[in-house]
Amino acid sequence: MRQKELKTVVTFHTVTEAIAMETACMKEEIPGRIIPVPREIKAGCGLSWAMPADWVGNISQWMEKKDLSWESVGEYYI
Amino acid sequence: MIYLDNAATSLQKPEEVGKAVADAILHMGNPGRGIHGASLDAARMIYDTRSLISRLFHAKSPSQVAFTANSTESLNLAVEGIFRPGDHVITTMMEHNSVLRPLYRMEEKGVELTILPADKRGCINYEDFESAYKSNTRAVVCTHASNLTGNVNDLERIGRICKKLGILFLLDASQTAGVFDIDMEEMGIDVVCFTGHKGLLGPQGTGGICVREGLDIQPLVVGGSGVQSFLRTQPEQMPERLEAGTLNCHGLAGLHAALLYIGQTGMEYIRKREQYLMRRFYEGVKDIPGVMVYGDFSLESLDKRAPVVALNIGDYDSGEVADELAVSYEIYARAGAHCAPLMHQALGTEKQGAVRFSLSHFNTEEEIDQAVKAVRELSRH
Repeated sequence: MRQKELKTVVTFHTVTEAIAMETACMKEEIPGRIIPVPREIKAGCGLSWAMPADWVGNISQWMEKKDLSWESVGEYYI
Repeated sequence: MIYLDNAATSLQKPEEVGKAVADAILHMGNPGRGIHGASLDAARMIYDTRSLISRLFHAKSPSQVAFTANSTESLNLAVEGIFRPGDHVITTMMEHNSVLRPLYRMEEKGVELTILPADKRGCINYEDFESAYKSNTRAVVCTHASNLTGNVNDLERIGRICKKLGILFLLDASQTAGVFDIDMEEMGIDVVCFTGHKGLLGPQGTGGICVREGLDIQPLVVGGSGVQSFLRTQPEQMPERLEAGTLNCHGLAGLHAALLYIGQTGMEYIRKREQYLMRRFYEGVKDIPGVMVYGDFSLESLDKRAPVVALNIGDYDSGEVADELAVSYEIYARAGAHCAPLMHQALGTEKQGAVRFSLSHFNTEEEIDQAVKAVRELSRH
C-alpha cells in the first residue's frame, strides 16, 4: 500500500456535489482527485475530494466563492 | 417512409446521439457507485447533462435536476410527492393522461381537483385560474403545449397568476422541451417535468424533473443512492433525493449528445423551421373539402404554436385514415385519442379521434407536400 500522507479531504452529501467540485477544481487547476470517503471520516460508499494539505489557498473560502456545496473539510493521514 | 409522429417520439435523431449511446454501453460504468475511471467518467457525463438541463430551463443549479425515465414518471413523482389530502389542485382539459391520471389517483386520496375547460379550438381562458382559486389551493399543474392540437399556453401569464395567488406552478414540458424557451426563474415555474425522447432528441427512457431550490418533493421510490448508505432513509439532498437506483446512464449519454446538438443548432432555428413546416402543411390542408383541422391557428398564435396539426377527413374513423396513410403512402401519423381524453371531449372528437401530424425540423418541404397530397387524395374517396 502507498505510504500515508497528510491530505485535506472534502466530503459531500451527494455525488453531484463531488463532481461539481472536481469540475470546478479542474477548471482552475487546483490539485487533487476524487477518492472514496476514508473510514476515518465516515463509513459508507461516497466520494470525497483529496488534495495536498499544503495547498496555498483556503479551500473552504474558495468553495464558498464558487457556490459549491460540501459536507465537511478536514486534514487526515491517508 | 415519411415520419410525422414526432409528438410521440422523435425518430430521426442527430447522428451523434446513437454514437454516444453505443460508446456509453461499451465504456461507462455505474455513475456515482465507485471511484474508478469507468464510474467517474459516467458520473462526469451525468453531471454535465445536469448542467446542460439546468441551463436549458434556468434552474438554480445542476443539483436541482433529477433524472427519471420520462415525463410520466416525473409527473407522478411531483404530484405524489407534493400534494396531500385536503389540498386543492387546478389543471386543464388540455392535459395528457400523464398529468390527469396521477391527479385522479390523488383525488381518491382526498385531493380536490378543478379541471379548467377548453373551448372548441382547444384553448383555455386564463381568467379561469383565478376564479378556480380557493383557500386550500396548492398548485396549478398544466402542460406547456397540447399534444393533440399544438396549442401553447402562456407560461409567463400562468406563472404570474400563481405567484399572485401564492401557489405552486408545476409544468408538463413533454411537447416543448428542447424547442421552446422555458425559464423557471422568469416564468415563476416551481417544477418542470420533461422527457428526453421528443423535442430533446434523446433516447427513449430518459427524462427528468427540475425542482425549484427549497421545494421538497417526497421521493416516490427509495433505495440505493451511492451516498449516505447507512441512513435508513433516502438522502435529503437533491438530486439523489429523487434518484434511487442506477440511472439510465447509457440513455443519458445519448441525451447529453442531443443537448449539445440543440445548443449548436440553436433552439430558435429548430422552432422556426418546425413552425414553417407546420404552416406549410396547415395551409395545404385547411381548405380541402371535408377536412376539419383542430386547434388555434389564428394569426396571432401561428408563431407560438407547437408543430402539430390534428385533423379529420369527413366522418372517417381517424384510425382508418392513419392506416391508409401508412399502408398506401408510407406516411406515419398518429390516430386515436392520443392519451388526451378531455381535449377530445372539448373538440367533440371523442368517437372519431383525430389524425395527428407532428413535425420535426429534420422533415423536408417535399415530405410535407407529399403528406398534403395524400390528405387531398384521401378526402376524395
